[in-house]
Amino acid sequence: MLQDKDRIYKNLYGQRSWKLKAARARGAWDNTKEMIARGHDAIIDEVKASGLRGRGGAGFPTGLKWSFMPKQSDGRPSYLAVNADESEPGTCKDRDIMRHDPHLLIEGALLAAFAMRAHTSYIYIRGEFIAEREILQAAIDEAYDAKLIGKNNVNGWDFELYVHHGAGAYICGEETALLESLEGKKGQPRLKPPFPANCGLYGAPTTVNNVETISSVPDILRRGATWYASLGRPNNTGTKLYCISGHVNTPCTVEEEMGVPLRELIDHYGGGVRGGWDNLLAVIPGGSSVPCIPASECDDLPMDFDSLKAVNTGLGTGGVIVMDKSTDMISAIARLAYFYKHESCGQCTPCREGTGWMWRVLERMVKGEAEKSEIDMLLDVTHQVEGHTICALGDAAAWPVQGLIRHFRHVIEERIDAQATKLIPASVPVAAE
Amino acid sequence: MSIRRLAAEQPEGFAFTSANLEWAEAQIKKYPEGRQASAVLSLLWRAQEQIGGWLPEPALRYVADMLDMAYIRVYELVTFYTMFNLAPVGRYYVQVCGTTPCMLRGAEDIKDTCRKFIGEKDRVNDDGMFSWTEVECLGACVNAPMAQINNYYYEDLTPEKFESLLKRLRAGKDVEPGPQDGRQTSAPAGGPNTLTDPELYANDPSGPEPGSAGTTVIATEAKRPASKREKRPR
Repeated sequence: MLQDKDRIYKNLYGQRSWKLKAARARGAWDNTKEMIARGHDAIIDEVKASGLRGRGGAGFPTGLKWSFMPKQSDGRPSYLAVNADESEPGTCKDRDIMRHDPHLLIEGALLAAFAMRAHTSYIYIRGEFIAEREILQAAIDEAYDAKLIGKNNVNGWDFELYVHHGAGAYICGEETALLESLEGKKGQPRLKPPFPANCGLYGAPTTVNNVETISSVPDILRRGATWYASLGRPNNTGTKLYCISGHVNTPCTVEEEMGVPLRELIDHYGGGVRGGWDNLLAVIPGGSSVPCIPASECDDLPMDFDSLKAVNTGLGTGGVIVMDKSTDMISAIARLAYFYKHESCGQCTPCREGTGWMWRVLERMVKGEAEKSEIDMLLDVTHQVEGHTICALGDAAAWPVQGLIRHFRHVIEERIDAQATKLIPASVPVAAE
Repeated sequence: MSIRRLAAEQPEGFAFTSANLEWAEAQIKKYPEGRQASAVLSLLWRAQEQIGGWLPEPALRYVADMLDMAYIRVYELVTFYTMFNLAPVGRYYVQVCGTTPCMLRGAEDIKDTCRKFIGEKDRVNDDGMFSWTEVECLGACVNAPMAQINNYYYEDLTPEKFESLLKRLRAGKDVEPGPQDGRQTSAPAGGPNTLTDPELYANDPSGPEPGSAGTTVIATEAKRPASKREKRPR
């Protein structure tokens, strides 16, 4: 269990002030100048050594991603874009960082931008987070006033930081859609290659990082890669913000070590499953995009990238959605299917048509008004969507449905059977007649 | 994707107030020269706020002209980004999150409360005070069920609490954004069992920052002009 002294987010719940003076008293902006004096590559090496993997869902090694940025400019500027478009159902962690500990994010943005030789960064925050945006902007203004960022700042690296907001599109959390949106266009993902590190914002080298990733960088550099890597498990190091939602007694967000057992998260922080552990039906362990797992797999499950991959799901964003036995699984997944239908950008046919198709079939299955052969047809369609679109939204729409069929096929079949007995009146002629 | 069209009835023209114009010019400066189109979402949002919650077609052309963008490039944005309302909304615009984490904790009941207290979805009620809609995940899942009313989040709702909240708004009273059950933001109800080591705060005597779920109470927003009853085609 993570000890308080090893936590990065000391003001996760806003028990204290988010303002600069209080943030400094909790350790932010301490020795930033000295960290910058270590040099660009030393910072990248330290982040590589810490084992930090991106906290936005994909888990790509952060230091490696940074090393893709050009070391020599060809005349184009480099950019850092911070992905604060948090919209994955089940996930509400970046929100707490921005409203309660914004200075960790600002300091992290400076350090990350310096490591990648960027002088400008944009934080792309989702449009609905208006209170969070107001606080984040106020904190940035404080940092400018204290000359911590800006031109000729005390830390020795010129750095402009701007807040940019979206207007209600989940897809803008996909990194190239985010860049399109930042350029003032519809958020429709770009084909890769070219990758953003070669050709990103305004055609210039750009790296897109999640809020949690960036805001953990100052502590990694201050306390050292060895400290960070000592937490968690090999290849899954450090701490992570987990959001425990759904049918638990005390839903909450909490920072824990990577690899913390799922049951400990639910029992110790979430106050237990409503009605007790035996009342657990299923868990979606990493935000809506990852497949659900049944209660039988939840007893002894470490919450990290590799362990969850081993049970055919994923850590994703760390959004743990708990469902007890009162849950209609088909309905819960059908609502997610509607979400993906609503949020598909419409660019690729498999996703635009497939998400709506999957939702409509699932809505019928909720009522049992389907043929059993349609279950395999639905599964087949998920495989035709998965991997056949420009971005991962198609995959994200397919996986929850695959998880449902993998673990709860019997529920769909029982529903169909129950409906079938209702539909056939006694007077229907039988074949022998 | 969702189908969204401009309203049938449109006002004559639109222009930013001088304060908003000054603000807009500052926004454009955030982006490199020639990249002024980047400011389009924030300018449209400000225009929507100025008008009282929706975007008429003259405002789209006004913003397009200001940023030197083709009109179609702005039209296609407002039909793509769902926070832009293309027809009038109530003075209090209620957006109920209906996605699975909220659904599991009773979002259906919150929607029923809206139907009972406000009326049909996507339609401004008779006195122009309210309209409501269902939206996709608002990113406050550990405080489910929740709704956004105008700018801010109202969390940990029950049908009873929500109805009393709407009644207070109708009566012109303030309601504090944030969790409605008294808990500390996203901490477990009853208080956190982490971050309890006093050593962490040896140098930080500060307390919670007031108003961090929203800096203004919502009644101050009531200065918006009430919109007339109108259908909201979606």
